[in-house]
Amino acid sequence: MKVSELVNNLGLKVYSGESGIDKEVEGGYVSDLLSDVMGNADTGMAWITLQTHKNVMAIASLKDLACVILVKGLEPDPDMAAQSDKEGIPVLGTSGQAFEITGKLYEMIKK
Amino acid sequence: MHYEYAIEGGNFSKAGLASSEVKKKLRQLNVDNQVVKRVVVALYEAEVNIVAHAYNGTMNVEIDEEKILLVLQDSGPGIPDIEKAMEEGYSTASPEVREMGFGAGMGLSNIKKNVDHLDISSEIGKGTRVEMITYINRGR
Ligand SMILES: Nc1ncnc2c1ncn2[C@@H]1O[C@H](COP(=O)(O)OP(=O)(O)O)[C@@H](O)[C@H]1O
Ligand SMILES: [Mg+2]
Repeated sequence: MKVSELVNNLGLKVYSGESGIDKEVEGGYVSDLLSDVMGNADTGMAWITLQTHKNVMAIASLKDLACVILVKGLEPDPDMAAQSDKEGIPVLGTSGQAFEITGKLYEMIKK
Repeated sequence: MHYEYAIEGGNFSKAGLASSEVKKKLRQLNVDNQVVKRVVVALYEAEVNIVAHAYNGTMNVEIDEEKILLVLQDSGPGIPDIEKAMEEGYSTASPEVREMGFGAGMGLSNIKKNVDHLDISSEIGKGTRVEMITYINRGR
């Protein structure tokens, strides 16, 4: 499934990194601990988090993640958005909680 | 091939830059993807440890046919008890740093899991040296 399908089906906001909107999403990882994501997430995953700073993009890029989804209506810091544009890794957003978006994403991906 | 990068202590906006450069080089050299993925985890954690816990440092990367040698050397407070520091969950990171999602105390164990050889030496008040080796062809 492409990031764009995720955006459309789940009604997500696209904050930045539009050039990566056709990336394939192969799974997801939910965590706010950077080392947890570094150690356990894998290529092509959507990362669901409440962290909104630039280091998120460093990790997303190093791990070749498909996109980042910010929860609870949080917006990326300007330098995070800029880095997302540079890397072509979309930062998306939902007004809902991590629990809700994770459940929906899981249902979509497991098919 | 040999590469060296400088790492600034305390500057989180640049954390991961050196690791990202090395990742690009490894890709250009066509190093096996599984090897690149493991090296990137270890390298990033070691780089961030200099940013979070030391004053400044260097990352040296040496690549040959057989292995990737990574040496991160810093000027900093040093690690009083390396064994304790290796424990998952142990961290002396400040509350501000934790708020950003760093300081989970998983860095050194991430490193240990992702390299074939790890050697840490440290002198209190002087600094820390982290040496890591990953063999390129192992397990293919
Ligand atoms: N380069 C370093 N210089 C000084 N102390 C360090 C260094 N690297 C690690 N440490 C110490 O080891 C602890 C554990 O490191 P780590 O497992 O990476 O967890 P974290 O960085 O999340 O605290 C750190 O909290 C710190 O006390
Ligand atoms: Mg660490």
